[in-house]
Amino acid sequence: MISFNQVHKRYPGGYEALKNVSFDIAEGEMVFLTGHSGAGKSTLLKLIAAIERPNSGSVLVNNQNVGALKSGARPYLRRNLGIIFQDHKLLFDRSVFHNVLLPLQICGFDHRESGKRARAALDKVGLLKREKSNPISLSGGEQQRLCIARAIVNRPGILLADEPTGNLDAEYAQEIMAIFKSFHQVGATLLISTHDESVLQDSGGRVLSLKHGELQTASTGSGQAASTGSGQAASSPEGRGQS
Amino acid sequence: MRHTIAQHTGVLRTALRRMFASPLAGILNILVIGIALSLPAGLYVLLHNAQGLLTQLSGTPQISLFMSMEAKTDDVEHLRKQLAGHPAIAGAEFVSRAQALEQLKQSTGLADVIGGLKQNPLPDTFIVHPKQSDAQALNQLSIELAKLPKVELAQLDSAWAYKLEALLKFGRLAVLILASLLSLALIAITFNTIRLQILTQRDEIEVSKLIGATDGFIRRPFLYFGATQGLLGGIAAWLIITASLRLLNGQLTALTQLYASQFALHPLSPGDSLSLLLFSAYLGWLGAWLSVARHLSQVEPR
Repeated sequence: MISFNQVHKRYPGGYEALKNVSFDIAEGEMVFLTGHSGAGKSTLLKLIAAIERPNSGSVLVNNQNVGALKSGARPYLRRNLGIIFQDHKLLFDRSVFHNVLLPLQICGFDHRESGKRARAALDKVGLLKREKSNPISLSGGEQQRLCIARAIVNRPGILLADEPTGNLDAEYAQEIMAIFKSFHQVGATLLISTHDESVLQDSGGRVLSLKHGELQTASTGSGQAASTGSGQAASSPEGRGQS
Repeated sequence: MRHTIAQHTGVLRTALRRMFASPLAGILNILVIGIALSLPAGLYVLLHNAQGLLTQLSGTPQISLFMSMEAKTDDVEHLRKQLAGHPAIAGAEFVSRAQALEQLKQSTGLADVIGGLKQNPLPDTFIVHPKQSDAQALNQLSIELAKLPKVELAQLDSAWAYKLEALLKFGRLAVLILASLLSLALIAITFNTIRLQILTQRDEIEVSKLIGATDGFIRRPFLYFGATQGLLGGIAAWLIITASLRLLNGQLTALTQLYASQFALHPLSPGDSLSLLLFSAYLGWLGAWLSVARHLSQVEPR
Protein backbone atom coordinates (compact mmCIF):
# COMPACT_ATOMS: atom_id res chain seq x y z
CA MET A 1 0.00 0.00 0.00
CA ILE A 2 2.78 2.40 0.99
CA SER A 3 6.36 1.71 0.03
CA PHE A 4 9.52 3.80 0.61
CA ASN A 5 12.65 2.85 -1.27
CA GLN A 6 15.94 4.54 -0.29
CA VAL A 7 14.24 7.88 0.18
CA HIS A 8 16.32 10.98 0.83
CA LYS A 9 14.80 14.34 1.63
CA ARG A 10 16.91 17.43 1.95
CA TYR A 11 15.29 20.81 2.53
CA PRO A 12 16.59 23.95 0.86
CA GLY A 13 19.34 25.18 3.14
CA GLY A 14 20.87 21.75 3.42
CA TYR A 15 18.93 20.24 6.33
CA GLU A 16 18.63 16.49 5.79
CA ALA A 17 15.23 15.42 7.07
CA LEU A 18 15.28 11.82 5.84
CA LYS A 19 18.26 9.64 4.97
CA ASN A 20 17.99 6.40 3.05
CA VAL A 21 14.59 5.42 4.40
CA SER A 22 13.05 2.18 3.14
CA PHE A 23 9.97 0.35 4.40
CA ASP A 24 6.70 -1.19 3.27
CA ILE A 25 3.26 -0.96 4.77
CA ALA A 26 0.75 -3.57 3.66
CA GLU A 27 -2.93 -2.97 3.13
CA GLY A 28 -4.91 -3.01 6.35
CA GLU A 29 -1.87 -2.51 8.55
CA MET A 30 -1.70 -0.13 11.49
CA VAL A 31 1.80 1.32 11.86
CA PHE A 32 3.19 3.80 14.36
CA LEU A 33 5.92 6.22 13.48
CA THR A 34 7.93 7.34 16.47
CA GLY A 35 10.92 9.51 17.11
CA HIS A 36 11.95 12.73 18.81
CA SER A 37 10.68 15.99 17.37
CA GLY A 38 12.69 16.88 14.31
CA ALA A 39 13.39 13.22 13.53
CA GLY A 40 11.55 13.48 10.21
CA LYS A 41 8.12 12.09 11.08
CA SER A 42 6.16 14.97 9.57
CA THR A 43 8.41 15.01 6.50
CA LEU A 44 7.74 11.33 5.94
CA LEU A 45 3.98 11.88 6.07
CA LYS A 46 4.27 14.89 3.74
CA LEU A 47 6.09 12.75 1.21
CA ILE A 48 3.21 10.28 1.18
CA ALA A 49 0.65 13.05 0.66
CA ALA A 50 2.78 14.63 -2.10
CA ILE A 51 3.11 17.84 -0.11
CA GLU A 52 6.88 17.42 -0.45
CA ARG A 53 8.92 15.51 -3.05
CA PRO A 54 11.85 13.24 -2.24
CA ASN A 55 15.28 14.29 -3.53
CA SER A 56 16.07 10.69 -4.38
CA GLY A 57 14.48 7.31 -3.96
CA SER A 58 10.85 6.53 -4.59
CA VAL A 59 7.64 6.78 -2.59
CA LEU A 60 4.91 4.46 -3.82
CA VAL A 61 1.31 4.73 -2.71
CA ASN A 62 -1.02 2.18 -4.27
CA ASN A 63 1.82 1.43 -6.71
CA GLN A 64 1.85 5.06 -7.85
CA ASN A 65 5.14 6.91 -7.71
CA VAL A 66 4.06 9.91 -5.67
CA GLY A 67 7.22 11.93 -6.27
CA ALA A 68 6.74 11.79 -10.03
CA LEU A 69 3.05 12.66 -9.89
CA LYS A 70 1.89 15.53 -12.11
CA SER A 71 0.19 18.35 -10.26
CA GLY A 72 -3.08 17.50 -11.99
CA ALA A 73 -3.03 13.97 -10.56
CA ARG A 74 -2.19 15.01 -7.01
CA PRO A 75 -5.78 15.79 -5.94
CA TYR A 76 -6.89 12.26 -6.85
CA LEU A 77 -4.09 10.74 -4.79
CA ARG A 78 -5.11 12.86 -1.82
CA ARG A 79 -8.75 11.82 -2.09
CA ASN A 80 -7.66 8.32 -1.19
CA LEU A 81 -5.80 9.63 1.86
CA GLY A 82 -7.38 10.81 5.07
CA ILE A 83 -4.94 13.20 6.68
CA ILE A 84 -5.16 14.24 10.31
CA PHE A 85 -3.02 17.30 10.75
CA GLN A 86 -0.98 18.23 13.77
CA ASP A 87 -2.48 21.72 13.74
CA HIS A 88 -5.95 20.40 12.78
CA LYS A 89 -6.36 22.88 9.89
CA LEU A 90 -10.03 23.39 10.68
CA LEU A 91 -11.94 26.24 9.06
CA PHE A 92 -13.40 28.62 11.61
CA ASP A 93 -15.62 30.47 9.16
CA ARG A 94 -18.13 27.61 9.08
CA SER A 95 -19.86 25.12 11.33
CA VAL A 96 -18.55 21.75 12.47
CA PHE A 97 -20.93 20.10 10.00
CA HIS A 98 -19.68 22.14 7.05
CA ASN A 99 -16.07 21.39 7.94
CA VAL A 100 -16.83 17.69 7.54
CA LEU A 101 -18.85 18.36 4.41
CA LEU A 102 -15.92 19.98 2.57
CA PRO A 103 -14.16 16.79 1.37
CA LEU A 104 -17.47 15.49 0.02
CA GLN A 105 -18.14 18.74 -1.85
CA ILE A 106 -14.66 18.52 -3.31
CA CYS A 107 -15.29 14.95 -4.50
CA GLY A 108 -18.62 16.05 -5.95
CA PHE A 109 -21.04 14.02 -3.85
CA ASP A 110 -24.65 15.02 -4.20
CA HIS A 111 -26.26 17.09 -1.51
CA ARG A 112 -28.37 14.51 0.32
CA GLU A 113 -25.79 11.75 0.27
CA SER A 114 -23.04 14.03 1.56
CA GLY A 115 -25.23 15.26 4.42
CA LYS A 116 -25.84 11.68 5.50
CA ARG A 117 -22.20 10.76 5.31
CA ALA A 118 -21.04 13.85 7.19
CA ARG A 119 -23.44 13.09 10.05
CA ALA A 120 -22.33 9.46 10.13
CA ALA A 121 -18.69 10.57 10.42
CA LEU A 122 -19.52 13.06 13.17
CA ASP A 123 -21.45 10.37 14.98
CA LYS A 124 -18.46 8.05 14.82
CA VAL A 125 -16.24 10.57 16.63
CA GLY A 126 -19.02 11.56 19.04
CA LEU A 127 -19.55 15.12 17.78
CA LEU A 128 -23.00 14.80 16.25
CA LYS A 129 -24.53 16.99 18.95
CA ARG A 130 -22.09 19.79 18.12
CA GLU A 131 -22.68 19.82 14.37
CA LYS A 132 -23.99 23.40 14.37
CA SER A 133 -21.25 24.84 16.58
CA ASN A 134 -18.27 26.73 15.32
CA PRO A 135 -15.12 24.61 15.68
CA ILE A 136 -13.49 27.42 17.65
CA SER A 137 -15.83 26.63 20.53
CA LEU A 138 -14.60 23.03 20.69
CA SER A 139 -11.99 21.78 23.15
CA GLY A 140 -8.61 20.55 21.90
CA GLY A 141 -9.70 16.93 22.01
CA GLU A 142 -12.95 17.73 20.20
CA GLN A 143 -11.10 19.65 17.50
CA GLN A 144 -8.87 16.64 17.03
CA ARG A 145 -11.92 14.40 16.69
CA LEU A 146 -13.45 16.80 14.21
CA CYS A 147 -10.25 16.63 12.18
CA ILE A 148 -10.56 12.83 12.24
CA ALA A 149 -14.19 13.02 11.12
CA ARG A 150 -13.16 15.17 8.18
CA ALA A 151 -10.36 12.78 7.29
CA ILE A 152 -12.58 9.70 7.25
CA VAL A 153 -15.77 11.14 5.77
CA ASN A 154 -15.05 10.12 2.19
CA ARG A 155 -13.82 6.68 3.33
CA PRO A 156 -10.21 6.82 2.21
CA GLY A 157 -8.15 3.62 2.06
CA ILE A 158 -5.25 5.16 3.97
CA LEU A 159 -5.29 7.31 7.10
CA LEU A 160 -2.27 9.43 7.98
CA ALA A 161 -2.19 11.05 11.39
CA ASP A 162 0.49 13.52 12.43
CA GLU A 163 0.80 13.64 16.24
CA PRO A 164 -2.92 13.07 16.75
CA THR A 165 -2.51 12.91 20.52
CA GLY A 166 0.14 15.59 20.67
CA ASN A 167 -1.41 18.15 23.00
CA LEU A 168 -4.00 15.96 24.65
CA ASP A 169 -4.06 14.54 28.13
CA ALA A 170 -3.95 10.78 28.58
CA GLU A 171 -7.69 10.27 28.75
CA TYR A 172 -8.38 12.08 25.46
CA ALA A 173 -5.40 10.35 23.87
CA GLN A 174 -6.86 6.95 24.74
CA GLU A 175 -10.20 7.99 23.20
CA ILE A 176 -8.51 8.99 19.98
CA MET A 177 -6.51 5.78 19.87
CA ALA A 178 -9.70 3.80 20.37
CA ILE A 179 -11.21 5.54 17.34
CA PHE A 180 -8.14 4.65 15.25
CA LYS A 181 -8.32 1.05 16.37
CA SER A 182 -11.91 0.83 15.23
CA PHE A 183 -10.85 1.99 11.76
CA HIS A 184 -8.09 -0.58 11.76
CA GLN A 185 -10.65 -3.25 12.51
CA VAL A 186 -12.73 -2.34 9.47
CA GLY A 187 -9.71 -2.70 7.21
CA ALA A 188 -8.22 0.80 6.83
CA THR A 189 -4.46 1.24 6.51
CA LEU A 190 -3.16 3.59 9.22
CA LEU A 191 0.13 5.39 9.69
CA ILE A 192 0.22 7.32 12.94
CA SER A 193 3.14 9.46 13.97
CA THR A 194 3.67 10.14 17.64
CA HIS A 195 6.41 11.04 20.09
CA ASP A 196 4.20 9.79 22.90
CA GLU A 197 5.36 6.26 23.71
CA SER A 198 2.57 5.71 26.18
CA VAL A 199 -0.07 5.44 23.48
CA LEU A 200 1.84 2.57 21.92
CA GLN A 201 1.09 0.28 24.84
CA ASP A 202 -1.45 -2.36 23.95
CA SER A 203 -1.98 -0.66 20.60
CA GLY A 204 -1.01 -3.78 18.71
CA GLY A 205 0.63 -2.01 15.76
CA ARG A 206 4.06 -2.25 14.22
CA VAL A 207 6.45 0.58 15.08
CA LEU A 208 8.81 2.44 12.79
CA SER A 209 11.28 4.51 14.71
CA LEU A 210 13.08 7.50 13.22
CA LYS A 211 16.19 9.08 14.62
CA HIS A 212 17.82 12.07 12.94
CA GLY A 213 16.15 11.11 9.70
CA GLU A 214 17.22 7.47 9.75
CA LEU A 215 14.98 4.50 10.27
CA GLN A 216 16.01 2.53 13.36
CA THR A 217 13.88 -0.54 12.96
CA ALA A 218 14.41 -2.91 10.07
CA SER A 219 10.91 -3.31 8.80
CA THR A 220 10.95 -4.11 5.11
CA GLY A 221 9.83 -7.49 3.86
CA SER A 222 9.36 -9.42 7.08
CA GLY A 223 7.82 -6.34 8.62
CA GLN A 224 4.59 -7.01 6.82
CA ALA A 225 4.22 -10.36 8.45
CA ALA A 226 5.09 -8.85 11.81
CA SER A 227 2.36 -6.28 11.60
CA THR A 228 0.61 -7.63 14.62
CA GLY A 229 3.80 -7.68 16.69
CA SER A 230 3.93 -5.77 19.91
CA GLY A 231 4.73 -2.07 19.58
CA GLN A 232 6.94 -2.17 22.64
CA ALA A 233 9.22 -4.84 21.31
CA ALA A 234 9.74 -3.14 18.00
CA SER A 235 10.40 0.38 19.19
CA SER A 236 14.01 1.26 19.71
CA PRO A 237 15.19 2.56 23.07
CA GLU A 238 16.80 5.60 21.41
CA GLY A 239 13.40 6.85 20.40
CA ARG A 240 12.39 7.41 24.01
CA GLY A 241 12.83 10.30 26.25
CA GLN A 242 14.10 12.68 23.63
CA SER A 243 10.86 14.32 22.67
CA MET B 1 -26.96 16.70 -15.16
CA ARG B 2 -29.23 17.96 -12.41
CA HIS B 3 -26.48 17.20 -9.96
CA THR B 4 -23.98 19.26 -11.96
CA ILE B 5 -26.39 22.18 -12.10
CA ALA B 6 -26.94 21.92 -8.36
CA GLN B 7 -23.18 22.02 -7.82
CA HIS B 8 -22.78 25.12 -9.99
CA THR B 9 -25.65 26.98 -8.35
CA GLY B 10 -24.00 26.10 -5.05
CA VAL B 11 -20.78 27.70 -6.26
CA LEU B 12 -22.72 30.74 -7.45
CA ARG B 13 -24.37 31.04 -4.05
CA THR B 14 -20.95 30.94 -2.40
CA ALA B 15 -19.74 33.69 -4.73
CA LEU B 16 -22.74 35.90 -3.95
CA ARG B 17 -22.37 35.27 -0.23
CA ARG B 18 -18.75 36.37 -0.40
CA MET B 19 -19.66 39.43 -2.43
CA PHE B 20 -22.18 40.66 0.11
CA ALA B 21 -20.32 39.44 3.19
CA SER B 22 -19.49 43.13 3.55
CA PRO B 23 -22.42 44.68 1.68
CA LEU B 24 -21.05 48.21 1.45
CA ALA B 25 -17.76 47.10 -0.12
CA GLY B 26 -19.58 44.81 -2.53
CA ILE B 27 -22.03 47.49 -3.62
CA LEU B 28 -19.29 50.12 -3.97
CA ASN B 29 -17.30 47.77 -6.19
CA ILE B 30 -20.32 47.18 -8.40
CA LEU B 31 -21.00 50.91 -8.51
CA VAL B 32 -17.43 51.71 -9.56
CA ILE B 33 -17.65 49.16 -12.36
CA GLY B 34 -21.07 50.51 -13.35
CA ILE B 35 -19.83 54.09 -13.58
CA ALA B 36 -16.69 53.07 -15.45
CA LEU B 37 -18.79 51.20 -18.00
CA SER B 38 -21.55 53.79 -18.28
CA LEU B 39 -19.13 56.46 -19.56
CA PRO B 40 -18.14 54.81 -22.84
CA ALA B 41 -21.50 53.05 -23.24
CA GLY B 42 -23.36 56.33 -22.66
CA LEU B 43 -21.20 58.16 -25.19
CA TYR B 44 -21.81 55.32 -27.60
CA VAL B 45 -25.55 55.80 -27.20
CA LEU B 46 -25.25 59.55 -27.88
CA LEU B 47 -23.13 58.92 -30.97
CA HIS B 48 -25.58 56.31 -32.16
CA ASN B 49 -28.37 58.82 -31.83
CA ALA B 50 -26.40 61.47 -33.70
CA GLN B 51 -25.78 58.94 -36.43
CA GLY B 52 -29.50 58.21 -36.65
CA LEU B 53 -30.28 61.89 -36.85
CA LEU B 54 -27.72 62.29 -39.59
CA THR B 55 -29.13 59.62 -41.89
CA GLN B 56 -32.60 60.93 -41.21
CA LEU B 57 -31.57 64.44 -42.31
CA SER B 58 -29.29 63.73 -45.22
CA GLY B 59 -31.05 60.80 -46.84
CA THR B 60 -29.26 59.52 -49.91
CA PRO B 61 -26.68 61.86 -51.35
CA GLN B 62 -27.55 63.83 -54.48
CA ILE B 63 -25.69 66.13 -56.81
CA SER B 64 -27.60 69.07 -58.23
CA LEU B 65 -26.36 70.01 -61.66
CA PHE B 66 -27.33 73.58 -62.58
CA MET B 67 -27.06 74.38 -66.26
CA SER B 68 -26.08 77.75 -67.58
CA MET B 69 -28.90 80.11 -68.48
CA GLU B 70 -28.15 80.09 -72.22
CA ALA B 71 -28.41 76.30 -72.52
CA LYS B 72 -30.77 75.17 -75.27
CA THR B 73 -32.99 72.12 -75.54
CA ASP B 74 -30.29 70.37 -77.60
CA ASP B 75 -27.74 70.90 -74.86
CA VAL B 76 -30.18 69.47 -72.34
CA GLU B 77 -30.72 66.37 -74.48
CA HIS B 78 -26.98 66.02 -74.99
CA LEU B 79 -26.32 66.23 -71.26
CA ARG B 80 -29.14 63.80 -70.51
CA LYS B 81 -27.47 61.20 -72.76
CA GLN B 82 -24.10 61.81 -71.22
CA LEU B 83 -25.47 61.36 -67.71
CA ALA B 84 -27.38 58.22 -68.69
CA GLY B 85 -24.20 56.68 -70.09
CA HIS B 86 -22.04 57.59 -67.09
CA PRO B 87 -20.86 54.50 -65.14
CA ALA B 88 -20.96 56.18 -61.70
CA ILE B 89 -24.51 57.47 -62.00
CA ALA B 90 -27.58 55.47 -61.07
CA GLY B 91 -30.07 57.90 -62.51
CA ALA B 92 -30.83 61.56 -63.14
CA GLU B 93 -34.04 63.57 -63.07
CA PHE B 94 -34.48 66.63 -65.16
CA VAL B 95 -36.19 69.61 -63.59
CA SER B 96 -36.89 72.30 -66.17
CA ARG B 97 -36.68 75.95 -65.22
CA ALA B 98 -40.47 76.27 -65.54
CA GLN B 99 -41.05 73.30 -63.22
CA ALA B 100 -38.57 74.71 -60.74
CA LEU B 101 -40.37 78.04 -60.68
CA GLU B 102 -43.72 76.31 -60.15
CA GLN B 103 -42.27 74.30 -57.25
CA LEU B 104 -40.85 77.44 -55.72
CA LYS B 105 -44.23 79.17 -55.92
CA GLN B 106 -46.01 76.31 -54.26
CA SER B 107 -43.55 75.47 -51.55
CA THR B 108 -42.61 78.93 -50.31
CA GLY B 109 -45.83 80.88 -50.68
CA LEU B 110 -43.94 83.61 -52.52
CA ALA B 111 -46.32 83.40 -55.49
CA ASP B 112 -46.92 87.15 -55.49
CA VAL B 113 -43.29 88.03 -55.50
CA ILE B 114 -42.46 85.48 -58.17
CA GLY B 115 -45.43 86.58 -60.27
CA GLY B 116 -43.88 90.02 -60.34
CA LEU B 117 -40.66 88.77 -61.92
CA LYS B 118 -40.10 89.67 -65.54
CA GLN B 119 -38.35 86.48 -66.38
CA ASN B 120 -37.64 83.14 -64.77
CA PRO B 121 -34.35 83.44 -62.84
CA LEU B 122 -33.96 79.70 -62.35
CA PRO B 123 -31.77 77.49 -64.52
CA ASP B 124 -32.55 74.02 -65.90
CA THR B 125 -31.39 71.44 -63.40
CA PHE B 126 -30.48 67.76 -63.29
CA ILE B 127 -30.72 65.96 -59.98
CA VAL B 128 -28.12 63.20 -60.17
CA HIS B 129 -28.25 60.07 -58.03
CA PRO B 130 -24.75 58.61 -57.76
CA LYS B 131 -24.21 54.87 -57.42
CA GLN B 132 -21.64 55.18 -54.65
CA SER B 133 -22.12 57.14 -51.49
CA ASP B 134 -18.66 57.50 -49.98
CA ALA B 135 -17.43 61.04 -49.63
CA GLN B 136 -14.41 60.80 -51.85
CA ALA B 137 -16.17 59.26 -54.85
CA LEU B 138 -18.93 61.84 -54.58
CA ASN B 139 -16.49 64.69 -54.49
CA GLN B 140 -14.71 63.39 -57.53
CA LEU B 141 -17.95 62.90 -59.40
CA SER B 142 -19.18 66.40 -58.65
CA ILE B 143 -15.89 67.91 -59.84
CA GLU B 144 -16.11 65.84 -63.01
CA LEU B 145 -19.71 66.83 -63.69
CA ALA B 146 -18.96 70.51 -63.13
CA LYS B 147 -16.58 70.35 -66.12
CA LEU B 148 -19.26 69.14 -68.56
CA PRO B 149 -20.29 71.66 -71.25
CA LYS B 150 -23.07 74.12 -70.41
CA VAL B 151 -22.93 73.12 -66.74
CA GLU B 152 -22.70 76.12 -64.48
CA LEU B 153 -22.45 74.46 -61.12
CA ALA B 154 -22.42 70.98 -59.58
CA GLN B 155 -23.51 71.05 -55.98
CA LEU B 156 -23.04 68.12 -53.63
CA ASP B 157 -26.16 68.34 -51.45
CA SER B 158 -24.89 66.38 -48.51
CA ALA B 159 -21.41 67.87 -48.17
CA TRP B 160 -22.16 69.02 -44.64
CA ALA B 161 -23.39 65.56 -43.71
CA TYR B 162 -20.03 64.12 -44.68
CA LYS B 163 -18.22 66.61 -42.56
CA LEU B 164 -20.44 65.67 -39.66
CA GLU B 165 -19.84 62.02 -40.29
CA ALA B 166 -16.10 62.57 -40.20
CA LEU B 167 -16.65 64.22 -36.85
CA LEU B 168 -18.68 61.24 -35.68
CA LYS B 169 -15.92 58.92 -36.80
CA PHE B 170 -13.58 60.89 -34.61
CA GLY B 171 -16.07 60.56 -31.77
CA ARG B 172 -16.33 56.81 -32.26
CA LEU B 173 -12.58 56.47 -32.07
CA ALA B 174 -12.56 58.49 -28.85
CA VAL B 175 -15.27 56.20 -27.41
CA LEU B 176 -13.25 53.16 -28.43
CA ILE B 177 -10.14 54.46 -26.67
CA LEU B 178 -12.15 55.36 -23.59
CA ALA B 179 -13.86 51.97 -23.59
CA SER B 180 -10.54 50.14 -23.87
CA LEU B 181 -9.02 52.09 -21.00
CA LEU B 182 -12.02 51.65 -18.74
CA SER B 183 -12.21 47.94 -19.63
CA LEU B 184 -8.66 47.63 -18.41
CA ALA B 185 -9.71 49.45 -15.26
CA LEU B 186 -12.54 46.97 -14.79
CA ILE B 187 -10.15 44.05 -15.18
CA ALA B 188 -7.80 45.69 -12.68
CA ILE B 189 -10.62 46.20 -10.16
CA THR B 190 -11.64 42.55 -10.38
CA PHE B 191 -8.02 41.42 -10.28
CA ASN B 192 -7.51 43.23 -7.02
CA THR B 193 -10.79 42.14 -5.45
CA ILE B 194 -9.98 38.53 -6.20
CA ARG B 195 -6.44 38.92 -4.89
CA LEU B 196 -7.82 40.14 -1.56
CA GLN B 197 -10.30 37.29 -1.54
CA ILE B 198 -7.61 34.71 -2.14
CA LEU B 199 -5.68 36.17 0.78
CA THR B 200 -8.67 35.95 3.11
CA GLN B 201 -9.60 32.47 1.84
CA ARG B 202 -6.02 31.28 2.20
CA ASP B 203 -6.82 28.69 4.87
CA GLU B 204 -9.73 27.28 2.94
CA ILE B 205 -7.69 27.02 -0.25
CA GLU B 206 -4.84 25.31 1.56
CA VAL B 207 -7.09 22.81 3.31
CA SER B 208 -9.04 22.15 0.11
CA LYS B 209 -5.81 21.40 -1.74
CA LEU B 210 -4.75 19.03 1.04
CA ILE B 211 -7.95 17.06 0.93
CA GLY B 212 -7.92 16.58 -2.81
CA ALA B 213 -9.51 19.62 -4.45
CA THR B 214 -8.53 20.09 -8.09
CA ASP B 215 -7.35 23.51 -9.23
CA GLY B 216 -10.58 23.82 -11.19
CA PHE B 217 -12.65 23.30 -8.07
CA ILE B 218 -10.72 25.98 -6.19
CA ARG B 219 -10.74 28.38 -9.11
CA ARG B 220 -14.47 28.12 -9.83
CA PRO B 221 -15.96 30.28 -7.05
CA PHE B 222 -13.49 33.07 -7.83
CA LEU B 223 -14.33 33.00 -11.53
CA TYR B 224 -18.03 33.02 -10.72
CA PHE B 225 -17.43 35.90 -8.37
CA GLY B 226 -15.61 37.91 -11.06
CA ALA B 227 -18.25 37.23 -13.70
CA THR B 228 -21.12 38.01 -11.32
CA GLN B 229 -19.50 41.22 -10.15
CA GLY B 230 -18.93 42.22 -13.78
CA LEU B 231 -22.51 41.38 -14.70
CA LEU B 232 -23.94 43.37 -11.78
CA GLY B 233 -21.62 46.25 -12.77
CA GLY B 234 -23.01 46.01 -16.30
CA ILE B 235 -26.56 46.14 -14.95
CA ALA B 236 -25.61 49.19 -12.90
CA ALA B 237 -24.18 50.83 -16.04
CA TRP B 238 -27.38 50.03 -17.94
CA LEU B 239 -29.49 51.60 -15.22
CA ILE B 240 -27.28 54.69 -15.12
CA ILE B 241 -27.53 55.14 -18.90
CA THR B 242 -31.28 54.51 -19.04
CA ALA B 243 -31.97 56.92 -16.17
CA SER B 244 -29.70 59.59 -17.68
CA LEU B 245 -31.37 59.31 -21.08
CA ARG B 246 -34.77 59.65 -19.48
CA LEU B 247 -33.64 62.82 -17.71
CA LEU B 248 -32.09 64.20 -20.89
CA ASN B 249 -35.15 63.36 -22.96
CA GLY B 250 -37.40 65.33 -20.62
CA GLN B 251 -35.23 68.39 -21.19
CA LEU B 252 -34.84 67.66 -24.90
CA THR B 253 -38.58 67.65 -25.52
CA ALA B 254 -38.85 71.14 -24.12
CA LEU B 255 -35.93 72.22 -26.30
CA THR B 256 -37.11 70.67 -29.57
CA GLN B 257 -40.58 72.08 -29.11
CA LEU B 258 -39.06 75.53 -29.37
CA TYR B 259 -37.64 74.56 -32.75
CA ALA B 260 -40.93 72.97 -33.79
CA SER B 261 -39.29 69.63 -34.42
CA GLN B 262 -39.43 66.28 -32.75
CA PHE B 263 -36.37 64.45 -31.62
CA ALA B 264 -35.83 62.06 -28.74
CA LEU B 265 -32.77 60.09 -27.69
CA HIS B 266 -33.27 56.37 -28.17
CA PRO B 267 -32.22 54.14 -25.29
CA LEU B 268 -29.86 51.18 -25.72
CA SER B 269 -31.34 48.62 -28.07
CA PRO B 270 -31.99 45.14 -26.64
CA GLY B 271 -29.04 43.80 -28.64
CA ASP B 272 -26.70 46.51 -27.38
CA SER B 273 -27.95 46.00 -23.81
CA LEU B 274 -27.21 42.31 -24.04
CA SER B 275 -23.75 43.02 -25.47
CA LEU B 276 -23.05 45.42 -22.62
CA LEU B 277 -24.01 42.84 -19.98
CA LEU B 278 -22.13 39.98 -21.63
CA PHE B 279 -19.06 42.13 -22.17
CA SER B 280 -18.96 43.33 -18.57
CA ALA B 281 -19.46 39.78 -17.28
CA TYR B 282 -16.66 38.59 -19.55
CA LEU B 283 -14.30 41.33 -18.36
CA GLY B 284 -15.02 40.42 -14.74
CA TRP B 285 -14.37 36.78 -15.49
CA LEU B 286 -11.13 37.67 -17.27
CA GLY B 287 -9.91 39.81 -14.37
CA ALA B 288 -10.70 36.99 -11.94
CA TRP B 289 -9.00 34.42 -14.16
CA LEU B 290 -5.82 36.48 -14.39
CA SER B 291 -5.81 37.05 -10.66
CA VAL B 292 -6.41 33.40 -9.82
CA ALA B 293 -3.72 32.27 -12.26
CA ARG B 294 -1.32 34.72 -10.66
CA HIS B 295 -2.11 34.21 -6.99
CA LEU B 296 -3.46 30.71 -6.50
CA SER B 297 -0.15 28.97 -7.08
CA GLN B 298 1.28 31.03 -4.21
CA VAL B 299 -1.02 29.25 -1.78
CA GLU B 300 0.65 25.86 -1.54
CA PRO B 301 0.18 23.71 1.53
CA ARG B 302 3.27 23.00 3.61
